[in-house]
Amino acid sequence: MRAGQSTRRVSTDLVGIAVILAAAGIGFLLFPDNLALLTRIIALALLVLSLDLVTGYCGIATLGHAALYGAGSYAAGVAAAHFAISDPLLMTLAGITAGAAAGLVCGLVILRATGLPQLVLSIATVYLFHELANKLSSWTGGSDGLSGISPSPLLGLFAFDLWGRTAFGFGVALLLVVFVLLRILARSPFGMLCRGIKEDPLRIRSMGASPYRALAKMYVISGAVAGAGGALNAISTQVVGLDSLSFTLSAEALVMLVLGGTGSLYGALTGTVLFMLFADFVSAASPFHWLTMVGALLVAIVLFAPKGLYGSISDYLARRRGTA
Amino acid sequence: MQSALSVAVDALAYGMVLFVISIGLSVTMGLMRVVNLAHGAFAMIGGYIASYATQMLGIGYAAAILLAVFGTIAIAIPIERLLYRRIYGAPELTQVLMTIGITFMIIGIANYVFGPTLKTIPLPGELRGALDLGFRSIATHRIFAILCGLAVAALLWFLIEKTAFGIKLRASVDNASMAAALGVRTEIIYAASFAVAVGLAALGGVVGAELLPVEPYYALRYMVTFLVVVSVGGAGSIPGALVACLLLGSIDTAGRYWLPEFGEFFFYLSVIVIICLFPRGLLGRRA
Repeated sequence: MRAGQSTRRVSTDLVGIAVILAAAGIGFLLFPDNLALLTRIIALALLVLSLDLVTGYCGIATLGHAALYGAGSYAAGVAAAHFAISDPLLMTLAGITAGAAAGLVCGLVILRATGLPQLVLSIATVYLFHELANKLSSWTGGSDGLSGISPSPLLGLFAFDLWGRTAFGFGVALLLVVFVLLRILARSPFGMLCRGIKEDPLRIRSMGASPYRALAKMYVISGAVAGAGGALNAISTQVVGLDSLSFTLSAEALVMLVLGGTGSLYGALTGTVLFMLFADFVSAASPFHWLTMVGALLVAIVLFAPKGLYGSISDYLARRRGTA
Repeated sequence: MQSALSVAVDALAYGMVLFVISIGLSVTMGLMRVVNLAHGAFAMIGGYIASYATQMLGIGYAAAILLAVFGTIAIAIPIERLLYRRIYGAPELTQVLMTIGITFMIIGIANYVFGPTLKTIPLPGELRGALDLGFRSIATHRIFAILCGLAVAALLWFLIEKTAFGIKLRASVDNASMAAALGVRTEIIYAASFAVAVGLAALGGVVGAELLPVEPYYALRYMVTFLVVVSVGGAGSIPGALVACLLLGSIDTAGRYWLPEFGEFFFYLSVIVIICLFPRGLLGRRA
């Protein structure tokens, strides 16, 4: 029984990998001139996956998750611009490390409270990071943004070209690695512990586990994932702006997550892709109509599809399979 | 130190405007347990109505304030009936999403109807000048804002502590189902306090327009500030909200005058410190 379950899980993982690769291939064929958009979608997908780890799996409502993404982005950028570390893999490592460190700091602060104070703490942390980055302008470039990032060829073989093919390929590879690791994490005892904390923290505590420590650990992991996304953004666009540390980005990431559905990696990916493609088409026409539409979309999701698009569809399929 | 007194007056005026707007949010949050991120949007609607009334219709300042308050309530009640009703008692994430959605829609519509420019509400002559104290002068409008804040605090205190409505309100805050069992129509209490909260937001939006200028992104820009005030003061506590507004108003204003290059760094740092020390807010009650 256990063996059968695990082979089935591995096969769903393989399906997931195949779907990501197929989506990347289709994107490459459909938008050969706009690979930068696809790479940005991948970077944000990493942010949304990371948000899903704390919001979907642990039940922490946060409006400050861009702090972790921006920390990774700035760390990768500063490493390249000030320390001449231009190897993209090392830059990514810098981003992951900084993201994890930021995750530790934010986690320790945010987990001090629950409910509304927790939400306010998350908002305060992202603003604090934003103001700090603005103040340290000799390191971060302040409101002008950090430029002068020129990554050297990937593995010494693939130069980052004008069309963004290398960045796109690197992004897809990074996303696949993160996806597989997170699938393993989600079904590990630690992942189950976090889900348990979301359901009933009191019971977990009486079982002898410390919710605070487990959630802080999850925040560090989440920070590493968001940092990887931030680093990818720094490598592909070669500039880091203050918007990567903004409240708006945090709120948008939450919208993407909820659009797809919380508590599922596929939901996070679906939500990001749909939101970004929709945003690209509509916001080109009018940024303000775009805002009205996002608002209406959010209200509609809360009222009619509280589990998100992916969650609602997979529920529907599961029910059909159950009755058949 | 030209500024010690003027910083203090500005801080007091700013704190009072914050208080008028966010006290309604604090009461509804303590009462209905709804994280209402759209509260700032109602203040913005009030500002827009007053600006339209004074600029386009040529109505006086006092009448414009009344129009703004009741107009905003008229807009907010259907929204409460249709949308807020469904998120009472829902998890925070759901409430955040719904109310952010409402905020986005209001911003988009405000920009479509009124355009992206800054709207002004011309002050009447009596409020435009400065009051001469002999050694220094203070802008009359600042004094007006401070007086408004004090009046709102006193009236709310009277309403909540001394009237039958206040008793029912406090009973519903403490234990809604028990209050309902004793014959309090909690739905009506909810609707009435929501209306009062929105009306106060609109009042604050108009009176504070000099300090918090009215433009489409108002709702998003100050949403965080209002939420912070409520959470620092403790949801549902009027003295708590007053203390939080004065404290945060002073920190923010002093920071702007003396350390402008740090932006809002110290404001948010103090918010984090206060909430870590007092997770239920300065004067919040134990749940």
